[in-house]
Amino acid sequence: MPTLVSHPDEVKVISRRFGQGAADIEKYIELDGYKAVQKAIAEGPEKMPAWIIDTMKASGLRGRGGAGFPTGLKWSFVPKQSEKPKYVLVNGDESEPGTCKDHVIFLEDPHAVIEGTMIAGLAIGSKMGFIYLRGEYRYLLKIMEKAVADAYAKGFLGKNIFGSGLDFDVVTQSGAGAYEVGEESALMESLEGKRGVPRIKPPFPAVVGLYGGPTVINNAETIASAPHILLMGGEAYAKIGSERNGGTRLFGISGHVERPGVYELPMGYNLKKAIYDVAGGIKDGKKLKAVVPGGSSCPVLLPEEIDVGLDFDQMGKAGTMLGSGGIVVLDETVSIVEFALRTIAFYQHESCGWCIPCREGTDWIKKTLTRVYNGGGSKKDVANVQYLAENMMGRTFCPLGDAAAMPTLGFVKKFRKEFEDYIEGNKAGTPIITVQQLVGAGH
Amino acid sequence: MPDVKFTVDGKQLTAPAGTLLIEACKSAGIEIPAFCYYPGLSLQAACRMCVVRIEKMPKLQTACTTPVAEGMVVTSESPEIAQARKSTLQLLLGNHPLDCPVCDAGGECELQDMTFKYGAGESLYAEAKNHREEQKWSPVVYFDRPRCILCYRCVRMCGEGMDVFALGIQNRGSSAVIAPNVPAQMSPDHLAHVDCEQCGMCIDACPVGALTSGAYRYKTRPWEMNHVTTVCTHCGDGCKTTLGVRSTSDGAEIVRGDNRDKSGINGDFLCNKGRYAFDFANAPERITAPLIRQTDGRFKEVSWEEAFTHAGRKLRELRDARGGQSIGVLGGNRLTNEEAYLLQKFARTVLGTNNIDHHRTADYVTFAQTLAEQKDRTASWRDTQTIPAALIVGGDPTNQAPGTAWNLRTDVRLNKARLYIANTAEIKLRRQAKAFLQLAPYGYGALAAYLAGDEAVAQSAAADANALTSFRDAVKAEEKLLILIGSELRGTDLRRLIEFGLTIPGARFALLSDYVNSRGAADMGLLPDMLPGFTPVSAPGAFAEQNLPTAPGLDLLEIFEAAGRGELSALYVVNSNPIARYSVDPAALKNTFVVVQEMFFTETAKLADVVLPAANLYEKGGSVTNSYGDLQLVQKAGDRAGVRSDFEMIVRVADKMGADIKSLVPFGKAQPGLRADMGQSRGAQAGEADRHAVWLTANNLEPKLSPFDPWAILDEIQRLVPGYNLLRLQLLSGNDQHLEPEAAASAVTNRRDLVLPSGDTLFTSGTLGRFSATLNETRQYQTGEPLIQIHTAAEFGS
Amino acid sequence: MSEIANSIFTPATAARFDHLVTIYPVKRSALVPMLLYAQDEVGYVSDAVVTEIAQRLDLLELDVRNVLSYYSMLRTKPAGRYNVQVCTNISCMLRGGYEILDHCKHKLGIGHKEVTADGTFSLEEVECIGACCWAPAIQVNYDFHDNLTTVKVDEILETYRAGQGKDVK
Ligand SMILES: Cc1cc2nc3c(=O)[nH]c(=O)nc-3n(C[C@H](O)[C@H](O)[C@H](O)COP(=O)(O)O)c2cc1C
Ligand code: SF4
Ligand code: FES
Repeated sequence: MPTLVSHPDEVKVISRRFGQGAADIEKYIELDGYKAVQKAIAEGPEKMPAWIIDTMKASGLRGRGGAGFPTGLKWSFVPKQSEKPKYVLVNGDESEPGTCKDHVIFLEDPHAVIEGTMIAGLAIGSKMGFIYLRGEYRYLLKIMEKAVADAYAKGFLGKNIFGSGLDFDVVTQSGAGAYEVGEESALMESLEGKRGVPRIKPPFPAVVGLYGGPTVINNAETIASAPHILLMGGEAYAKIGSERNGGTRLFGISGHVERPGVYELPMGYNLKKAIYDVAGGIKDGKKLKAVVPGGSSCPVLLPEEIDVGLDFDQMGKAGTMLGSGGIVVLDETVSIVEFALRTIAFYQHESCGWCIPCREGTDWIKKTLTRVYNGGGSKKDVANVQYLAENMMGRTFCPLGDAAAMPTLGFVKKFRKEFEDYIEGNKAGTPIITVQQLVGAGH
Repeated sequence: MPDVKFTVDGKQLTAPAGTLLIEACKSAGIEIPAFCYYPGLSLQAACRMCVVRIEKMPKLQTACTTPVAEGMVVTSESPEIAQARKSTLQLLLGNHPLDCPVCDAGGECELQDMTFKYGAGESLYAEAKNHREEQKWSPVVYFDRPRCILCYRCVRMCGEGMDVFALGIQNRGSSAVIAPNVPAQMSPDHLAHVDCEQCGMCIDACPVGALTSGAYRYKTRPWEMNHVTTVCTHCGDGCKTTLGVRSTSDGAEIVRGDNRDKSGINGDFLCNKGRYAFDFANAPERITAPLIRQTDGRFKEVSWEEAFTHAGRKLRELRDARGGQSIGVLGGNRLTNEEAYLLQKFARTVLGTNNIDHHRTADYVTFAQTLAEQKDRTASWRDTQTIPAALIVGGDPTNQAPGTAWNLRTDVRLNKARLYIANTAEIKLRRQAKAFLQLAPYGYGALAAYLAGDEAVAQSAAADANALTSFRDAVKAEEKLLILIGSELRGTDLRRLIEFGLTIPGARFALLSDYVNSRGAADMGLLPDMLPGFTPVSAPGAFAEQNLPTAPGLDLLEIFEAAGRGELSALYVVNSNPIARYSVDPAALKNTFVVVQEMFFTETAKLADVVLPAANLYEKGGSVTNSYGDLQLVQKAGDRAGVRSDFEMIVRVADKMGADIKSLVPFGKAQPGLRADMGQSRGAQAGEADRHAVWLTANNLEPKLSPFDPWAILDEIQRLVPGYNLLRLQLLSGNDQHLEPEAAASAVTNRRDLVLPSGDTLFTSGTLGRFSATLNETRQYQTGEPLIQIHTAAEFGS
Repeated sequence: MSEIANSIFTPATAARFDHLVTIYPVKRSALVPMLLYAQDEVGYVSDAVVTEIAQRLDLLELDVRNVLSYYSMLRTKPAGRYNVQVCTNISCMLRGGYEILDHCKHKLGIGHKEVTADGTFSLEEVECIGACCWAPAIQVNYDFHDNLTTVKVDEILETYRAGQGKDVK
């Protein structure tokens, strides 16, 4: 069971109810639960949608799923009139390595996800929301199912919610093991009972989404932030964060730190401080070697590059991404060759296989790095890996190809010498994966 | 859609808004490479070969999914784009077996061509390729997994195109694979198989050699074949097909049937029969020498001269002794129009009889007569691709006319066409129908009457009265409607249905029949009461110049009845097997002199006195008319020593009877005093007109015209047959053209229609099918395989 | 009162499936969870499971197989009663995930995707399971065990072997 951690620098907005038993509906209500949705409804049927969207826009909230798209703006793209039903889809597929923040939300504050879903539904005029959890999160699915059932029992969900005259239903859904299903259109395919292969865009989900209807899809954390934003007001929320990056975010700090855990920090919080102060610094007093700042798909940062604010824009300027907020810290013992191999092995395993550059590119990078790792590499291989990754970038059907290419490029560019030394027999770091294990690592 | 203007590679182009960039470029002659894109099938954007640069877009874009937009500025080739394509090819080739020298697709492979163009020659990888054994999915479909580039064309072709869904994609990432619907563990031989209609469209669509044809694989290299474009001989759709032909010691063997050129009336489509069932032509059972029955009852091989002389002399004697009315003539549904015309002309002018008929598979006489005096009321097969709505009464296109079914499905898929289907059986096409009306047994007549306004018969039309009413209302509300009629409707029923349809101003009609030239046989007057063009024998019109008998002759059944009574002196059968088809007692013919032109020892050929070995439709030239009345060119592809075309044989028999060949076949220039050169049998190249070209040229004659040249008869058809005012150039350039019958209306009621549907399924094809090893093997396979749940249309009759 | 005669599932599961197909705008949406729940009951997605689910959702069996083979949690061969899934992805890797995997292999005497002779355990190396901040972590069936050491793993395996481990489905 996840251990809850805390640090004085944290600003508790979304984690406000963590550790207080808010999975229980009574407790949730006691802690201002379902107030936000009632506040919205109090605006009256005419003004409510615009009020919600304006508040969300004012909050500066940007999607917590990875790409950081402004949430209020996304909601505003949904057409008012639609022949087909509109849907809200909550992305709880959380599979980006290094990321476990939605895990804590589902566990500690499931009703916030439901309430956020209702708010999104009211904003766009939808009557139905889906909360999709990755298949591995079965115990969390049960928590969510219970929360949904309790909300129905209270009459919060279903017909005429809070006397608004509007109906809203929530259905929970389980995946069955597939990272790619976290991609929004692949998630819709999966929810429609199909292979998790993404869809051609345009049309975008806001216009043609689930079952062909206009759909808002958001990360679970994004959705769970909505009730807090409505309660505290958009401007107040925005003020907590940095420029154009409103509010706080759950950061998962993992790897070689003293106090790994999920911390809620204001957007723009300094990465170095997050590692050294919040997470207690490098484990066992070792030296820092590298940081993967926002889930495994983000290009690696060197120790000298981590004095940077944790928001979408500053990370972008630093040549990497804020991503899913999963900060993975590597100490001096890590072999980058090995780490790069483990990273690409993941993407190779998770590529849906639809398009050639991603399907074949991840496979060849993995094969080549495997050979390098096993001592059969040549310098040309490093160039080949770079060539492969460069030719995947921007050419694939969905962003998974980029997600595989970007970290690979980061590793071979920033640690080229380590790769070359490795090939010549000078292996840095302490090997973790043994050759024998690698044979089996194909899953 | 209004046109938009855009620029590609500096060229100003226009195209209707919404056109995909890849198609717009193609129309402008700019070829954009693509593996996964296939016109008309759903978009994939998976192969990333079609990437182009569009101004203001940060990334390269796929031309296959981008609709053209006003002011769009596109670059279709640049070093950046070439590099993107090259790297994609390198990735594919990394695991590709590169067994091109033995691959069926070698030389016709899109991957080869692209590699040639973008030069992904060097190998970047040291790892071994993934090898997998080739899989035999069915007798005609083989899958070579390592060659597969996962373009998903086959999957879509099978699902979207064929509505069969026998192929899927399984696993994911680099393990992703195309999988057939019978998994190994569910199959008795523990190998994966495909349970489907065996159309081979997946093979056709495959850009590489991953899917190969059981009938063709490892037989030859594509460049070693000659490719001849002709018309498939099997069903009444008459698909255009390309036959790959290779020389052998005794002629030219057809080794492949496919639809690579796609210029035909059938568009992308070819069914299993068109694709594989050409092999009857190579069957060992073929008769390759003329035979005369000896007094001991045994056949003896004789020379052509002897056979023609014998047949000619006997026929002349019998005609002169017992009169033309004592002779019967039966023609086939797989003759060319020229042959059918010639046969009836031979019967009427040389034998002097109207006792002429053929195995009728639809009532075209009523069809033509009911539409007399109408203009533009008959549908071309092409209409089935575009018409906004279709009413299909009777028939089962999926089995009977698979190309028609394909077109209708495509029309529904791409144009949202509305199909209204009324049938006594739950035919497969109902899955595309907007409304399917389950008719009561034998309910066709009642339906026709009901549609025409007779409420009283509703009960006998369909059990569900509400469904019936709403069906009629929906059909009547259509403005542009194809009325496609099965052979179940004949005579009065057919007339009523057409008359109902005529109340809809935009309705067009078609009547489905069963063989490649069933329609031509009727059009060309292989009928006892009708001259060509449905001209009644009693009112011959332009045919009066031929001095034909004006009393209707005996129909097919009456001919055999006459034989049974001992009144038939001779029977001349061309390419037809009435004995088996109509279960005629062989004893009926014991006192009749029988001449049979045939490929095989059919039940009818076995009773003959003279057997003349015949060429089939793939071994001769001419024209055929499909069910819809679309005329197409037939060209000679295969050749077989020891056989001759039906056309030549009829002329030679007539010659031996002492007929004036010049008036039978108006060949050559009209030069007074010219006699036909009847030539000699010259080596193996029998049955072809062209071999007289030398002699004709030497005599300063039109080189193409000889008494064996079908085009000489085509002139006459064009001149005399109402409705056959065809465009010669269209025909010769291989384009189809729609012809409309111009019959005279008839007051005759209760005419015997004698329609006997062939009952063929996807895996049978009349007599020919019995001699196609591949078709038989496929049929046995499909009936033997434990079909899990595939609702294929194929009924597995015999 | 299942809608399918002779269902291969227990009445409870069959009833659950009857309900499941009703909650979505399109019943096919039930496919992925249904396959997973069927696997929870039967142990794996057998051919019979495929057949019945196809029937329940009006799908071709091929459709079901296409989907089934996409998702890595779904298996077409039986696993052990307790399927030990060891994450070796980056966060776990950095904190001993491979050591845990090695230890399990050694302890159980089986490799990746293998089952112990008595059918009690199977072992699987898996991708990130969303427990990065509590690494190294494993899942035994659906239950998470985190902040592991080899000693803790031994205890966990023993508890399961004794039939006392947590096993919530
Ligand atoms: C390969 C891939 C995997 C993704 N996985 C997830 C995921 O697990 N969870 C998630 O919320 N978003 C994921 N995303 C992002 C979603 O596509 C989508 O952008 C997001 O759910 C939108 O929500 P947001 O605006 O709230 O961030 C993924 C994207 C890609 C390309
Ligand atoms: S995937 Fe695209 S990119 Fe490829 S041809 Fe196909 S359509 Fe084009
Ligand atoms: S499959 Fe989507 S990028 Fe590869």
